[in-house]
Amino acid sequence: MAQMNMTQALNSAMDVMLGRDPSVVLMGEDIGYFGGVFRVTEGLQRKYGEHRVLDTPIAEGGIVAAAIGMAVNGLRPVAEIQFADYIYPGFDQIASELARLRYRSAGDFFAPVTIRTPCGGGIRGGQTHSQSPEGIFTHVCGIKVVIPSTPFDAKGLLIASIEDDDPVVFFEPKRLYNGPFDGDSAKPAVPWSTHPQGEVPEGHYTVPLGKAKIVRAGGDLTIISYGTMVHVAAAAAAAHGIDAEIIDLRSLVPLDAQTICSSVKKTGRCVIVHEATRFSGFGAEILSIVQEECFWDLLAPIQRVAGWDTPYPHAFEWEYFPSQARVGAALQLAMEPA
Amino acid sequence: MPNYSAIYQQKQHPPPTGRRLALMRRTSRLHLPPTPARPGQVPDFGYLHLSAAGAVLRPEVNARAGEIGFLASELVRVLDDAHEPQGPWHPHLDPEELQVGLRHMLLTRIFDERMQRTQRAGKISFYMRSLGEEAVSVAQCMALRPGDMLFPSYRNQGLHITRGMPLVDMMCQLLSNTRDMCKGRQLPVLYHSAAARLFTISGNLATQFPQAVGWAMAAAIKGEDHLAASWIGEGASAEADFHHALLFAAVYQAPVILNVVNNQWAISTFQGYAGGEQRSFAARGPGYGIAGIRVDGNDFLAVYAVTQWAAERARTGAGPTLIELVTYRAAAHSTSDDPSRYRAKDDYLHWPLGDPIERLKQHLIKHGGWTEERHRALTAELDALVAASWKEAVTHGTLGDGPRLDPDLMFEDVFKEMPPHLERQREAMRAERDANSWRK
Repeated sequence: MAQMNMTQALNSAMDVMLGRDPSVVLMGEDIGYFGGVFRVTEGLQRKYGEHRVLDTPIAEGGIVAAAIGMAVNGLRPVAEIQFADYIYPGFDQIASELARLRYRSAGDFFAPVTIRTPCGGGIRGGQTHSQSPEGIFTHVCGIKVVIPSTPFDAKGLLIASIEDDDPVVFFEPKRLYNGPFDGDSAKPAVPWSTHPQGEVPEGHYTVPLGKAKIVRAGGDLTIISYGTMVHVAAAAAAAHGIDAEIIDLRSLVPLDAQTICSSVKKTGRCVIVHEATRFSGFGAEILSIVQEECFWDLLAPIQRVAGWDTPYPHAFEWEYFPSQARVGAALQLAMEPA
Repeated sequence: MPNYSAIYQQKQHPPPTGRRLALMRRTSRLHLPPTPARPGQVPDFGYLHLSAAGAVLRPEVNARAGEIGFLASELVRVLDDAHEPQGPWHPHLDPEELQVGLRHMLLTRIFDERMQRTQRAGKISFYMRSLGEEAVSVAQCMALRPGDMLFPSYRNQGLHITRGMPLVDMMCQLLSNTRDMCKGRQLPVLYHSAAARLFTISGNLATQFPQAVGWAMAAAIKGEDHLAASWIGEGASAEADFHHALLFAAVYQAPVILNVVNNQWAISTFQGYAGGEQRSFAARGPGYGIAGIRVDGNDFLAVYAVTQWAAERARTGAGPTLIELVTYRAAAHSTSDDPSRYRAKDDYLHWPLGDPIERLKQHLIKHGGWTEERHRALTAELDALVAASWKEAVTHGTLGDGPRLDPDLMFEDVFKEMPPHLERQREAMRAERDANSWRK
């Protein structure tokens, strides 16, 4: 086992796949010689050559479309969109094309494309480098949506995504690249080397898509989260002395509703936490499922914690970001007696 | 009848393995555009087609796009290597006007240097310099009229300076402080001024290019004399929005000037990766049926003359112009970037088109009554102006201390009138901010 931060774990996943599957190619803006603006593809072009790790023009629509064409011709492209905030010029190719090739051709064509993209705030990136648009993609039928919260899961999920014959949009919470983050920006940064999930095998392994992880077992209530907010929610529960069962979804599509519902049926209380904006956010989908499946087991209304429904403001990052306090308030509401 | 089942069996090619993979590696015909110099190499800018100063014809402003295709492959230059003006594009500006241009360029550079240092000192979160590209924004802005609408990119601070935006206003935006025109919502350098007709800068690439065309279409519909101008880097010209802009400009013959600032680098990738290897960026204009013209972007006189020509075309109904300004990004992409990882350290010293400030300065020393002494005095004056402006700006707050914008502002301007769900969220945020009463 090696100690890796999340960028190294993602790099290792692509290194493993480039090494064992000749059809895997990487493509994206600045990912080749430079190794990516977040260094996630560092050294891979040197190791595998310019014909397998491609720098591309700044054209997200072109990147996704070319990846589709390459995939239809037998390759397995892993495309990087430099920030999730830049993905929209590629949206038509993702939503209208990538997601539907299999369906509209009755399975005769498909495109095993993985789109990696850094998401989320907490790095003073302002409104164009901080967004969490996963809910826009979960609403599209035909693409899988994955978001890890630890280096171990990041590598295993990325390998599973690349090996998957369906397209995957793989969100990387950039605030977690170098260490877990509990939401307290005043505290010094903690590296992944201090975290058990920073231990990552060097070789090939997968974390299956569609399987949530129970990060912490507990009896008081169920917290459902993913990405950066898994760490914030865990810290909030600890700070409030609540024995929470914390579920990290890891993949939003397909969704592990079974793990969610058996936990809520056990605890009777549920808090959903994500960094993305609240209105029509993915939390609403989870909430609906819990209401449909667990209504008679609920002891209190389901709570949602999310980013405010505004663009991500540069100067008010920490008033905007769903803090431990915001999570804590929801936990307390959910703990009120039935 | 075709044998459909055989066709279907070919539907998805299997991935290459073993011998086929080895063959693929040996025979890959995929072309990868070259880069002039990676770290440790000596830059070779031999790929640049350079016309001699004064060598390119200046067509009438109403010339049809189809007849002036040569402008897209030649390079309009006025100042020669001895800083003498040459040829038909010489704009014959008064020395006083050129001195104003020199002042704006020098101020832009001094401002950039100072703001870079404040970012390094942790006073602002981010900055982007325009080092080496100052002539683009300053000369172009001076060749346009105050009523013309400008749609800048993030490296056009010379436009704001030339249009007279107070440095204090720019600094307050960089600081996201209580006098920030964006009310804390934007990353540093994404300035705007409705009064000065400087459009809000997006932060996403190329989006402003077709918007400028729409603005110009509206000016034509309304019968106004104003034109629109927009800027993007050559890297961003890869985005579909660039092509939308050219198409709409061509279809409606909109009074617009579309500027591609070819500074050779899009963060780490060279201009060949934006499609500049086979043909110039200017040549995309004639491809759409609009005039395309390539100009030495470090030659103040040439940039001014070409912009003036394009503006007159637009105002007289002769149509839009695509200008490629050939220049060099001498600095890092941004304060988040480290170019020593991907390009030669002293690459800018090898750049054949020199430094725009130095070139105009030498020209003015020869022909405009300028002296080294006056230049030193101007530098000192602008240094003092920037320092005094900074001193004033920080009294309105910095990232770390001093007065701060009210976080309530976060919820305003999402809509013209705040909907109820945002009012509720604003209440919730206020409650959160009161550490002891976040739980009502």
